[in-house]
Amino acid sequence: MTTSAAELKTTSTNRSMALPSARRLLLWTGLAVLIAWVLVPIYLVALGAFGGRLGVFRWPKSIWPSDLSFAAMSQFLAIEGVFNALVNSLIAAGLTVVFSIALGAPAGYALARYTFRGQNAYRLLVLLTRAFPLAILALPLTVSFIRLGLYDTPFGVSLIHTVLALPFAALVTQSLFMGIPREYEEAAWVFGCTRFQAFMKVVLPLALPGLAATAIFAFVISWNEVFAASILTVRERTLTAYLLRILAESPLHYRFAGGFILIIPSVLFIFAVRRYLFAVWGIASK
Amino acid sequence: MADIVIDRVVKEFGSFQALQEVSLTVNDGEFVALLGPSGCGKTTLLRIIAGLETQTSGRVVIGGQDVSDLAPRKRGLAMVFQNYAVFPHMTVFENVAFGLRMQKAPQAEVKRKVERAAALLHIESYLDRYPAKLSGGQRQRVAVARALAVEPAVLLMDEPLSNLDALLRLEMRTELKAVLREAGTTTIYVTHDQTEAMGLADRIAVMYGGKIEQIGAPLEIYATPATRFVGGFIGSPPMNFIKVRCSHGTARIGDAALPCPTAAENLELGLRGEDASLGPSGSGIPFDVRVVEPMGSHLLLTGAIDGQLARIVAPPTAIVNAGERVGLTVDPARVTWIDGTTGRALARA
Repeated sequence: MTTSAAELKTTSTNRSMALPSARRLLLWTGLAVLIAWVLVPIYLVALGAFGGRLGVFRWPKSIWPSDLSFAAMSQFLAIEGVFNALVNSLIAAGLTVVFSIALGAPAGYALARYTFRGQNAYRLLVLLTRAFPLAILALPLTVSFIRLGLYDTPFGVSLIHTVLALPFAALVTQSLFMGIPREYEEAAWVFGCTRFQAFMKVVLPLALPGLAATAIFAFVISWNEVFAASILTVRERTLTAYLLRILAESPLHYRFAGGFILIIPSVLFIFAVRRYLFAVWGIASK
Repeated sequence: MADIVIDRVVKEFGSFQALQEVSLTVNDGEFVALLGPSGCGKTTLLRIIAGLETQTSGRVVIGGQDVSDLAPRKRGLAMVFQNYAVFPHMTVFENVAFGLRMQKAPQAEVKRKVERAAALLHIESYLDRYPAKLSGGQRQRVAVARALAVEPAVLLMDEPLSNLDALLRLEMRTELKAVLREAGTTTIYVTHDQTEAMGLADRIAVMYGGKIEQIGAPLEIYATPATRFVGGFIGSPPMNFIKVRCSHGTARIGDAALPCPTAAENLELGLRGEDASLGPSGSGIPFDVRVVEPMGSHLLLTGAIDGQLARIVAPPTAIVNAGERVGLTVDPARVTWIDGTTGRALARA
């Protein structure tokens, strides 16, 4: 993995050096615009969160905050219920990860390794679950969740988030397993493995980076989801749902602090697994 | 050590019949090559023997035990795959040890057997490396070492050399032969490369269209092909087939007369390019030379006998020019007569 990433880097630098200077300028301009597109909003949010109460309203904005203060952030974290909501969010996201992998990876494996009747229809159906607007399901879901005793629990929220994450999990793991040659498994069978042993000893280790990326996707989907979390909980809110309610009534610099806290986990996760994401998308070589 | 009996194995993929009642016996310790063009069913047959594919009907018996319905791991065999299938997440040592670990062999034994297999294939110096750092030839050696480390009763090889470059292939071929002779393992080797099959195998089974066309020792198959296909597939240049008319037990081509079997209506003369010797025009079979290719070890002459395409191999010192007509002398004992209708060889006259 490390070497392939390094190779990738060298080949791309070689290529860019070969480009004539005008095209190179264009390339770097494009890169700069794309980076700015992502980083400037995050920076502005951070500026709002750490720039103090007055900094939010200052115009024109200074590049560097005049009075750096963690006051807004610490006050925000001290708001009653924020910590509880954070724990709920982590529970819901964690369960979503477990369920999506446990259900999605076998589905992806089946799609990758076996041909069965209705395979393409199934593949489409998996995606179609995303086409169903959650808003229509909201009321019946709430009623059934109350009956089943799942209402207002992180577990109940995680079930809905699993439904949202599962199509990605199934389709991403499918391409993941397709990228692992069948010959590896066959070799394992010939050399004494049962099908399950071959999966555990050969396929799983090779699929692990991709599975980690799938897990992160599921985590981020659950972490960011706000609609289902808002309607299915009252007291045991997830962080996003909780913030949505309390921030509507908060001063502007609190909102920035809350927004910043919501952004950070996703950015950190994606940064941590960026190499595996490339592997999933087939950019890195095997 | 075990013998292999393949008994009327049929494999159908939907309506396509990949194998049509194939039967084959491989003796204990024997090296048999399955040779044929792509799509002839040779790999399918090998995968059925390995248990990676299920036959539609028929039986596979290894060492007296019917393994037709057994999982691959219970068949007591090892296999070398076309793309090596060396596990990328394990070191070379762990790759070679994989089969032994699955047998739960004690650590000391694993170490001893891995080191022996590694020594056999000259891979001792990189046992602790990962396959990503190895060249194709080295991975190939690892794959063979992994198969030999378990000391299998039966070794199956699926075009193991086809991904190597020509020079390395030649080197590995020689080495494989020495290694496998030492191991004395019953081996089935799938290839589409006739030189590999000829060089390595005790016997060759030539397959075509889901059937075994002929089984025999390499030289026997070369000298006396059982069908038109075998003659045309084996040998470089391939055997020439010249349509002739046979009357009263003699076929006349130009001034030459050859004794021929009269059984068939459509008769073809199967002639190996190197079985004809060159003489002056007017003697023997007339051969119109069109192209002369000096190949170093011999001259390859392409031309026509009786208006039909033929390739003749001449000594490198022969003086022949394109456009010339020469005479070919043929030993009647070394020609093959083919029934043009069935494509089968006829009994010798």
